[in-house]
Amino acid sequence: MNKISLTVNGNKVEASVETRVLLSQLLREELGLTGTHVGCDTSQCGACTVHLDGEAVKSCSVLAAACDGAKVETIESLSDHPLQEAMVRHQGLQCGFCTPGVVMSGLDMIRRHGSSLTRERIAEELEGNICRCTGYRGMVDAIYEVSQDV
Amino acid sequence: MYETAYARPRTLEEAVELLQSDEDAKCLAGGMTYVPTLKQRLAMPSLLVDLSRLLSRDIAVADGFLTIGAGARHVDVQRSQIVRETLPALAELAGLIGDPMVRNRGTIGGSLSNNDPAADYPSAALALDAQITTTKQQYAAADFLSGMFETLLDDDEIVTHVRFKIPVCAAYSKFASKASGYAVAGAFVARFDDDVRVAITGAGPCVFRADQLEEALKGDFNVWALKGKTIEPEGLLSDMHADAEYRAALAVEMTKRAVHQITGA
Repeated sequence: MNKISLTVNGNKVEASVETRVLLSQLLREELGLTGTHVGCDTSQCGACTVHLDGEAVKSCSVLAAACDGAKVETIESLSDHPLQEAMVRHQGLQCGFCTPGVVMSGLDMIRRHGSSLTRERIAEELEGNICRCTGYRGMVDAIYEVSQDV
Repeated sequence: MYETAYARPRTLEEAVELLQSDEDAKCLAGGMTYVPTLKQRLAMPSLLVDLSRLLSRDIAVADGFLTIGAGARHVDVQRSQIVRETLPALAELAGLIGDPMVRNRGTIGGSLSNNDPAADYPSAALALDAQITTTKQQYAAADFLSGMFETLLDDDEIVTHVRFKIPVCAAYSKFASKASGYAVAGAFVARFDDDVRVAITGAGPCVFRADQLEEALKGDFNVWALKGKTIEPEGLLSDMHADAEYRAALAVEMTKRAVHQITGA
């Protein structure tokens, strides 16, 4: 077992984890933060995207043990964030399964590029987030709109 | 995933000692290949030695060489101002690996140590005559990248730096599998003052140089010089995505596209 101590959404968390426990499992099963979704569990779909020390990562491909001392932010760290509101207004979601990952990826883009973000860049950077129902246009519009207000 | 022990050494010496203490120990860097491999139970190490926060991420230029720390993430190479100015083709290549989340974790050292036949970095390492420095010695990329998922690394040896020779100009073009993003065939073309090197990834069991194409381009660095030139399909990979003949043709086409990127005609 590995003793780890990390900050999740601003809260100190201490846990004892087997090496094989993934960050996505720690978040969902140990901490009850089920907003982070596991779609494919093969690092393709991006539904499990969270921020690890400020960078978007696929939490199904990161060992929880490797997150000792790290800062993790999940979809639960946001409440009524302008991007969530814009996603609804632009119909950037349908079934909603991929949405937490898309929002975390979108925030990462906005944080890095600010108002220089373009629709083309957003489409390119959404490569790691797969949506199988509504398509990407609404997501691109929502992320773009919020980026222009930064 | 099978349960295993985990250690995060603070120094390279400590990391090497851990690897020596346990013959089934394995290094873990960004984990973008190895964690999925473990999840599929395709590997069963007894100890994971986590190098992700240990290896250098530094990028520097000196005397015509670009040196990158083995711990540099793909995103570091993609966004580095130094790489963009001195070797833009390498920044482009890094930006074609996986997706943004994968590039935030995956490392250049991990990619070269794994030597996946369809990975992108091995083509740049071979075409740019890279020197690969480890905790034991230095290797030329042509020796180091020795076979399918094989390198000259010993079990207790860790890649620390990669040093690329800066060319006059270079370009990388790949035909990526839609599902995985890996190269079905990719070509890295580098033009030096007195040499042209073409390295092909994805097509064969290990990255290789396309001699015929290099000769043609040495005579005339132009896409038309490649007309009628071929790569021998024998020994290339055949799978559900493409057979050997198609991969050979695709590799030539990717070389043409890379040359076209450089010459613009």
